[in-house]
Amino acid sequence: MTQTEILVIGGGPAGLRAAAAAAELGAQVLLIEEMDWLGGQLVKQTHKFFGSKEQYASRRGIDIARVLAEELDNHDRVTVWTGAPVLGIYEDGVVTAQKDNRHVKIRPRRIIVATGAAEKVLPFPNNDLPGIYGAGAVQTLMNLHGVLPGRRVLMVGAGNIGLIVSYQLLQAGVEVAAVIEGAPRIGGYLVHASKIRRAGVPILTRYTIKEALGRDMVTGAVIQQLDDHWQPVPGTEQTLEVDVICLAVGLTPLADLLWQAGCEMRFIPELGGHVPCRNHLLETTRPGIYVAGDVSGVEEASAAMVEGRLAGLAAARSLGYGGPEAESCIENALEQLHGLRSGPAGDKIRSGLKKLLGEEGAVC
Amino acid sequence: MEMRITEHPIVQFNRGLKVKFTFDGRELEGYEGEPIAAALHAAGVKILGHSPRHHRPRGFYCAIGNCSSCLMVVNGEPNVRVCVEKLQEGMIVETQQGKGVIK
Repeated sequence: MTQTEILVIGGGPAGLRAAAAAAELGAQVLLIEEMDWLGGQLVKQTHKFFGSKEQYASRRGIDIARVLAEELDNHDRVTVWTGAPVLGIYEDGVVTAQKDNRHVKIRPRRIIVATGAAEKVLPFPNNDLPGIYGAGAVQTLMNLHGVLPGRRVLMVGAGNIGLIVSYQLLQAGVEVAAVIEGAPRIGGYLVHASKIRRAGVPILTRYTIKEALGRDMVTGAVIQQLDDHWQPVPGTEQTLEVDVICLAVGLTPLADLLWQAGCEMRFIPELGGHVPCRNHLLETTRPGIYVAGDVSGVEEASAAMVEGRLAGLAAARSLGYGGPEAESCIENALEQLHGLRSGPAGDKIRSGLKKLLGEEGAVC
Repeated sequence: MEMRITEHPIVQFNRGLKVKFTFDGRELEGYEGEPIAAALHAAGVKILGHSPRHHRPRGFYCAIGNCSSCLMVVNGEPNVRVCVEKLQEGMIVETQQGKGVIK
């Protein structure tokens, strides 16, 4: 049985920051990541981030992943296991994982779950054909492994992921036939939309995909206009010849471990689906289990990093580390989160968090 | 069409050694350590299997080991997620029939 004070599950932006923050206050940390590398989905983000200096703004995601991983090297209280999927969190507080093809047990005093999110799908006829990929999957294939997804792409969804991946497809030499969006407005930042529009890619709002064409794999897509009540307008169908359809229709928390651990969950669409009930310091209804990043509600990587730091600080403080210094660090993290979520881009998150936390920020 | 990106404005790809493997008996090439699915995709193989009940063609969907759309038989072992399993020299990759049998 491996003993640790704080166990961090997931080595993405939230988990890495959580581990560093907890160690900074003096706690001993074990971070476990299922992949062979650290950085989570940052390793395929070739674009530059927005935000402020604290959230590594104006650097590319791929570089932030490296910086965050290197930060852990400065902390000799942090042990990192990569290539080790966590398998379960049990009633007695024991966590199990697979490491070097063996089943191992860990007994932590606090757990920070930072497992991220998974891509959603969209229902339409033939949506299971090969050639239909999550937008993030195309990013992984292209930016991490250097393989093109195909020749010509239809992007479904004009949120930030749809817009950014469209631009990255163009950078890699792939044609983007169109970006379609069911809502009446582009969801992502206009700076991203402008880049692909300048390259000649149409962004069609109030459009949806009616069906994918093809027998064994995608050969085309039929798109169709929607009216103000989200109903398809007959006679507006257009057939696009594409060999790839990318779905950028949102993410949902990867919360399996939290369900299994018995944390109270609530369905909040604004946060991506079922999210754990938790207090303002990110502790769930199961004492000692904290959450950070997309698993606690889908947001951007900058917010995940700050949440990671907050959870790391709060977990370490609950073990008696940090003293008055911990208080001011926690206040600072809370202020940063508030800043990131203010403004129109944070409307959805704020409304979701209000449902989850209520006005006072108590556990739901 | 060449599916491998050779020049990219931002990323440099450090590929491993070139290795040979077989897909349903056909000899293919890929790079050591890349996901099997990436090597197959680069070789033009998009159909990785068929769904157990309706026999619908299946490709990968998430590419990070979450969705189980890419299960194949690798070196005789069924239900391997080829989007995250690393390619090695001489691997025998096969289309899976049904749900697979654990020996």
